[in-house]
Amino acid sequence: MRVADTLQFASTSLRSSRSRTLLMILAMSIGVGSVVVLTALGEGARRYVVDQFSSLGTNLIIMLPGRTETAGLTPGMLLGQVPREISLDDAQALLRSRAIKRIAPLTVGTTHISLDARNREVVVLGSTSELLKVRHMDLSHGQFLPPGDIHDSTSVCVLGAKIKRELFGQRSAVGAWVRLGDRRFRVVGVLSSQGESMGFNTDELVIIPVASAHMLFNTSGLFRILIEAKSRDAIGQATRDAEQILAQRHNSERDVTVITQDAVLATFDRILHALTLAVGGIAAISLAVAGILIMNVMLIAVAQRVREIGLLKALGAPAAQIRKLFFAEAALLSGVGSAAGLILGEIGTAVIGQIYPALPVAAPWWAVLAAFGTALGTGILFSVWPARRAAQLDPVTALARS
Amino acid sequence: MIQLENISRIFAVGDQQVAALRDIDLNLGAGEYLSIMGPSGSGKSTLLNLIGLLDRPTSGTYRLNGGNVTDLNDEQQAQVRREQIGFVFQSFHLVPRLTAAMNIELPLVLAGIAIEERKARVAELLQNYGLADRAGHRPDQLSGGQRQRVAIARATVMRPSVLLADEPTGNLDHTTGGEVLKLLEQLVEQNIALVIVTHDAEIGARAARQLHMLDGRIVSDDARQT
Repeated sequence: MRVADTLQFASTSLRSSRSRTLLMILAMSIGVGSVVVLTALGEGARRYVVDQFSSLGTNLIIMLPGRTETAGLTPGMLLGQVPREISLDDAQALLRSRAIKRIAPLTVGTTHISLDARNREVVVLGSTSELLKVRHMDLSHGQFLPPGDIHDSTSVCVLGAKIKRELFGQRSAVGAWVRLGDRRFRVVGVLSSQGESMGFNTDELVIIPVASAHMLFNTSGLFRILIEAKSRDAIGQATRDAEQILAQRHNSERDVTVITQDAVLATFDRILHALTLAVGGIAAISLAVAGILIMNVMLIAVAQRVREIGLLKALGAPAAQIRKLFFAEAALLSGVGSAAGLILGEIGTAVIGQIYPALPVAAPWWAVLAAFGTALGTGILFSVWPARRAAQLDPVTALARS
Repeated sequence: MIQLENISRIFAVGDQQVAALRDIDLNLGAGEYLSIMGPSGSGKSTLLNLIGLLDRPTSGTYRLNGGNVTDLNDEQQAQVRREQIGFVFQSFHLVPRLTAAMNIELPLVLAGIAIEERKARVAELLQNYGLADRAGHRPDQLSGGQRQRVAIARATVMRPSVLLADEPTGNLDHTTGGEVLKLLEQLVEQNIALVIVTHDAEIGARAARQLHMLDGRIVSDDARQT
């Protein structure tokens, strides 16, 4: 019997029990669809986090004061010491490394910003002109902090988009003076709106020179240093250099922590990938359920078609041929069901994409392939037993069945 | 053409052994017309099933067209059935979801014959059996006589050397039954051996050779002179 004829014969039997076939296809497609949608969600979450990290800057290394020891206790802590702070000179010294392209020191504090009678609390970021490039920020108006000596405490500031809107409305802010805490700053630029990015909402920030921030908050240490390596390959070298330079300057004591963005990213990537696999796996259980349903339907089909099977045997169909006919039915069922499921999944993914535009939902190709393959596989696997049962029927008794 | 030697068929019913056929010897030539008669349980259907290779004898030898088919495996027997044996059943056994033409085509499909030839053979048979205008009808849209004609067309589409009919008119009225028998008898003229199992003496008497069975044995084997 030809393959095309086998499929044709199987499809006539599927079409003859239409509602059963449609329900079966529905079950299969829900299984496949849920695998597609859930992996798309997981993958979307992963890509979202990756994108967020990338938006922070490329080839980024972050240095922070203090060192996290696995013991949780450092000798310094026993003596009541706090970790030695990172100074502006420490930051500048990092530029001695050939692997480091640029650095941006960060100091953070909160204070009041006021213009005339309007005032609100803001997060103030002290940094240098390099921050713009290191953090991939964009300006909508004016200029960023002027380049110059890191120790210059000029009274200029750059406003986040929301701060500007709240203080100035539609008026131009560039050139105006605002009050931060007890000092007056001239607005030189406004950041373009970027929204939330890893907990830092740049729209609600005010950026001033790092030295001015130290004066404003009466501090001297740095909260973070953002280090941009020359290239992706240079990240390792830049990390080692940064640690070494700081150790030299801090009496050979390794009292800073250096995190590479890649390492953080890789961790998130792994976690979210595992999550995607897990939800995909859970959804795959529904495929197994659909497989058992197929087996049930095929067993019913065999029972209902005993006379027909007897006839096929009398007409000279060998057992293998009968098995093939039932396999073909199962394959058609699960094939059409999977195809419908893929469409269902794509529609579901598109709907989620509409509801949460920020989430880049798209089912990864391996999940689509796996869902399709698993559906087809379970369909055929679970039809082995019914097909064998059909093939082993005795033609005489099968024909005599009324 | 058909040679049965010492054929016995014993069924195990519970812990009892029931002999449905005992030491049957039978020779049947090409184009012979044989009827098998006897009361229920005399073994006539079992004999027909054995000849049709749907069942295996407990002992004895069965030769078909010179070849020993007794010990062929299932697949080989299926091939013999496909190529040399046609079946006509009392209850027609048409596939309900297939049209008349598709039912007739079924053996050709199972044999993997090319579509063009299939269509040609089916069209010819539909014409011969007066079913041309019923080709696209499903069995439930056909009368009993038409259904049995479709079944006969299906049984002959592979051009078998022997046609086995088990009570072919059992579900038909007298007139229609007579027409169906005529169709079957025409096949004998085409040198196809015809074996009809019936308990109707009137039908059995039409055959050139008549076999009477009782309790698994052949009690009489009369050849009518024609």
